[in-house]
Amino acid sequence: MNQDKSPSGADPIVRLDKVNKFFGDLHVLKDIDLEVSPGEVVVIVGASGSGKSTLIRCINGLEEFQRGHIEVDGNELLPHGKAGQALQKIRTEVGMVFQQFNLFPHLSVLDNVTLAPIKVRGWNRLDAVETAERLLERVGISDQAAKHPGQLSGGQQQRVALARALAMEPRLMLFDEPTSALDPEMIGEVLDAMRELAREGMTMMIVTHEMTFAREVADRVIFIHQGEIAEQGPPQQVLDHPRNKPTQQFLSRVLKH
Amino acid sequence: MDVTFQFDWQAAFASIPFLLEGIPYTLLISFGGLAIGFLIGIVFGLLRISPFAWLRIPAITYIEIFRGTPVLVQVLFIFYGLPQLLGGPINALVAGIVAIAVNSGAYISEIVRGGVQSIERGQREAGLSLGLSRRQTFRYIIWPQALRRMIPSLGNQGIISIKDTSLFSVIGVGELVRQGQVYIATTFNALEVYLMVAMLYLVITLSLSFALRQLERRGLVGQ
Repeated sequence: MNQDKSPSGADPIVRLDKVNKFFGDLHVLKDIDLEVSPGEVVVIVGASGSGKSTLIRCINGLEEFQRGHIEVDGNELLPHGKAGQALQKIRTEVGMVFQQFNLFPHLSVLDNVTLAPIKVRGWNRLDAVETAERLLERVGISDQAAKHPGQLSGGQQQRVALARALAMEPRLMLFDEPTSALDPEMIGEVLDAMRELAREGMTMMIVTHEMTFAREVADRVIFIHQGEIAEQGPPQQVLDHPRNKPTQQFLSRVLKH
Repeated sequence: MDVTFQFDWQAAFASIPFLLEGIPYTLLISFGGLAIGFLIGIVFGLLRISPFAWLRIPAITYIEIFRGTPVLVQVLFIFYGLPQLLGGPINALVAGIVAIAVNSGAYISEIVRGGVQSIERGQREAGLSLGLSRRQTFRYIIWPQALRRMIPSLGNQGIISIKDTSLFSVIGVGELVRQGQVYIATTFNALEVYLMVAMLYLVITLSLSFALRQLERRGLVGQ
């Protein structure tokens, strides 16, 4: 079922192998098998509580899993958070954008973006600032670099968060409902920035409820139902002609809006 | 009613130079003790939230003991009790500083714990997801924000500890209250002198409040 190969056919950058995750007695992820190829844009949809956020949070080790195994760009994550050096490497190579932005409120926009390149990659400040300014310009907030996150709108904050993640030059970007906390009029500007990133060939895994966006940018849509991959394939197939009952029910509820 | 008593302003002002001699001791015990107490508070506050019980339990024990006993008893124990163990006398000033340090340290541990725990989980996750180590995430992201939130409580503790030093007149440190007592013993103007003593405490605590308010306001710009 999950053997749909990516467009490029290259070695996968992410591989999940029978991943199982429990919150106490609750079985959140059930035998998840998944491969993502470089350059692929994978959109993950599903009802809230289906495990879709948990899935991408396992990939950069923000959640531990109990069985199975995850490989990201050749670095291996083992059950119960046993990874050590590999985890650090994965986090350096994988960027993440959160629903609540999670910008650092005590730092300026510029310092938010330069902190990790300086402290983790060991760049000198000048290079980091140059890169940050280029990225901030790209997401359309170059004139706000000296401000603090609290002085920006939600849409602007989320674009800074995107620039902050990109400053580490990640090989994979994870998006955990990046527009869910935004006012409707600000969703577009964030999706535009993500669209551009997809066009440039970034590998992306996106948890979202934006179906129009999914249809437009996804190479593959994965529908998660009760901790399992219930259906996956090209967006036209999964979103327009779902084969599976839960997918149909979910989409009929979501697409009404 | 026979009103024979007159508040003697002259006597009140006359006592000030003598009282002022106590101020350096009051300040030294307060701020010396608080500085050490702050270091203790950082260490034990962080141990207190350690995932490891063998680090957490000693911290909780320390905090509960020194929060749960009076600072007066603590200083008497240090000044009169400890020398019996150590076999030599302890300087009263040192005893005062140590008492404020261990007492404020217990409270500041709880302030540090509360401050660190008040930082949203997403901040830590954002730091880690950028590849920062746990230590770097704490140092550059969690701690600066926690410290800012701790300022009002730290100020409060500072004021409490400054006032606590007044108890140390009992071990003979020549701090503010002790100076007042000595002065009154010869002049008998208890009303005037204690009023002046109270005013001098107020000057110290208000100055601290003011300084912290400035610090807080500067910090808020960054939020």
